[in-house]
Order: sequence, then structure tokens, then C-alpha cells
Amino acid sequence: MGEVIVITSGKGGVGKTTTTANVGTGLAAAGKKVVLIDTDIGLRNLDVVMGLENRIVYNLVDVVEGGCRVKQALIRDKRYPGLYLLPSAQTRDKSAVNESQMRKLVDQLREQFDYILLDCPAGIEQGFKNAIAGADRAIVVTTPEVSAIRDADRIIGLLEANSFQQIDLCINRMRYDMVKRGDMMTVEDVVDILSVNLLGVIPDDESVVVSTNQGEPLVGNHTLAGRAYRNVCMRLMGQDVPYMDLERSLSFWTRVTGIFHKSQEGRA
Amino acid sequence: MRLPKLFKRKASGEVAKDRLKILLISDRVNCSPEMLDLIKQDIARVISRYMMIDTENMEIQISKTGGYGIGSKNPSLYANIPILDLHKSS
Repeated sequence: MGEVIVITSGKGGVGKTTTTANVGTGLAAAGKKVVLIDTDIGLRNLDVVMGLENRIVYNLVDVVEGGCRVKQALIRDKRYPGLYLLPSAQTRDKSAVNESQMRKLVDQLREQFDYILLDCPAGIEQGFKNAIAGADRAIVVTTPEVSAIRDADRIIGLLEANSFQQIDLCINRMRYDMVKRGDMMTVEDVVDILSVNLLGVIPDDESVVVSTNQGEPLVGNHTLAGRAYRNVCMRLMGQDVPYMDLERSLSFWTRVTGIFHKSQEGRA
Repeated sequence: MRLPKLFKRKASGEVAKDRLKILLISDRVNCSPEMLDLIKQDIARVISRYMMIDTENMEIQISKTGGYGIGSKNPSLYANIPILDLHKSS
């Protein structure tokens, strides 16, 4: 039986879709069967981040309305054999799907996959309710900014009210140079304020933009963000991985070892 | 150049943390500052029956209790009431 994880944040633009794409790809690279579901109806984006936008035939709304079978709508990833995407509909809105339909779909997919990742839309309206309906656990994505943390706190409250037993935090776009100057909240500050389990910290890294440009998730490669995302995946699978020492991570030596790692591990 | 700057202002990361702590208290309990003020006045009135307190400097706030994990977020009301005289005259 697969595990259903919703990736949510409240605030838009903090990196839910990037996190979904990278965590999903990372789990698939570790040999798991993974399906990514874009639940942002009307504003689909996971397909472009995954680089699969040209392969869409059917979408989430077609599936729940019975216009096609689930299998027909699933797009197989070009890199990993166990990775699939169920894209969202672009020409409909959030009211096209309801919570019981989502629950039914997710339960159907549970039998074939190890992990089902739901990319949640921003906000706390119907789209959010749909995304969390069938999920077992949640990853809350935030950035170290007042507005994102406030929204994350609200989301955590709503998840708790919906009796989520496991809520993990992923802090995105951390800038250690700013933390050092005292101009950004520390990881400890954010964890202390939100008081949920920390799953990972993703440093602010230009390579994320490059990866999105190319439609190639960067998980597992030598970049800082790629390594951080791989750690997140390993922790999700229950492994105890130490946090990266990011204060020194931009130094020359880490870059050298980064190249070394790259040649050693290849794409995984 | 950085040192004088440090003396002049509080680091903005610290400011963000402090602002958030206060902001989330009212977000979590859905309690407006006006209501908090009414609670404060009521508490002051009751305590004043028994002792002399410094109503100017009393503080009340709602914050979450310590501890981590789900379910530990039950808020509690903290009151800091300076007592001027324990034995109220007359």
C-alpha cells in the first residue's frame, strides 16, 4: 500500500511544485514507484517543471469525470521508469473536482504505487481541501520570510484540524550569507515558531532556476539544492541523514568534492 | 562598517522573528487585540478588589505552551501583573 503525501504551503511561490518534482524524482531514483498528481486545476505547472508538458493527452478532471481510465492519463517520465505524472486540467477550475472524488482516485493509485505525491495549489479554498482529502501525511513548504511562515502556520493549524498525524517542514530558499549577517531568520527560529518536525532545508540556489528552465529536476546532482533534495528524499524513506553544513558549502573545497561526487554517483 | 550599523538597528532577522511570534498568537486563537484589551481590563478589575496593582504596566498575552509535536499547541494566557501593595488599604 502506497503512502499519500500532500505538498502544501498556503502562500504561493514558495516552491511547492519544485519540491514535488524533486522529491518525486528523488524517490523514483531510489527505485520507488511514484506518481505525482498536480491538483492545481486551472494553473497547472508541474508538467513544465518535470519537462513533460508535450505529452499530455488526458488530465485529472478527465479521470474523475470518467472521461478516461487513470492509466490513460498517467504520463511516464522520460528519466525514471517508476515515475509517473497525472497532470491537472488547464481550462477548468477548482470546482471541477471534489474531495470524495480525490479520495477515490488516491485510493485507487495506492495499490500500484509506493508514493503518491499531491502538489497542492496555493490558498486554503477548494483546491487545498481537494489536495489534502486523501493524504496520509503532509510536507509544508515555507521560506524564511514573515508572510510565508504566517501562512505555513495557518496551514499547519488546518492540517491538524483535519487530524493529520504527520506534518513535516521543508524550509526553502535559505540564504546562509543573510543568516550570518542577521538579516534572515535561522532554521532554528523557523522550526521553533512552527514547532513541527524538520524534514529538510533547501538553500537558495540559482541552479533551481536553471533546472526549471530545462524541465529537469536537479535532485541528486552535485548542486547544493540537488544534494539537499536528495537528503529530503532519504529522510522521507525513513533514513537518518545529517543536515548539510551549508555555512561552508560555498567554499572552493565543496565545489571540488561536488565535482567528485558527480562523477562518482552519476545521475542518481 | 558593519559594526556601527549593528549598534544602530536590530538585525532584521530578529525583528522578523519577534513580529511573527506576536502575529501568530492572535492568528492562532483568532482573538483580536480589542478583545485582549477587554480581557485585560476585566482581570485588572477583579485583582484590584484584593490588592493594589500597577494597571499601567500589566501585560497579558496568549501564547502557546511549550513542547513539540502535534497537540502541544494549546494556547495559554499569560498575565504579568506588577503588585504595588499586597494588602490593600481599606
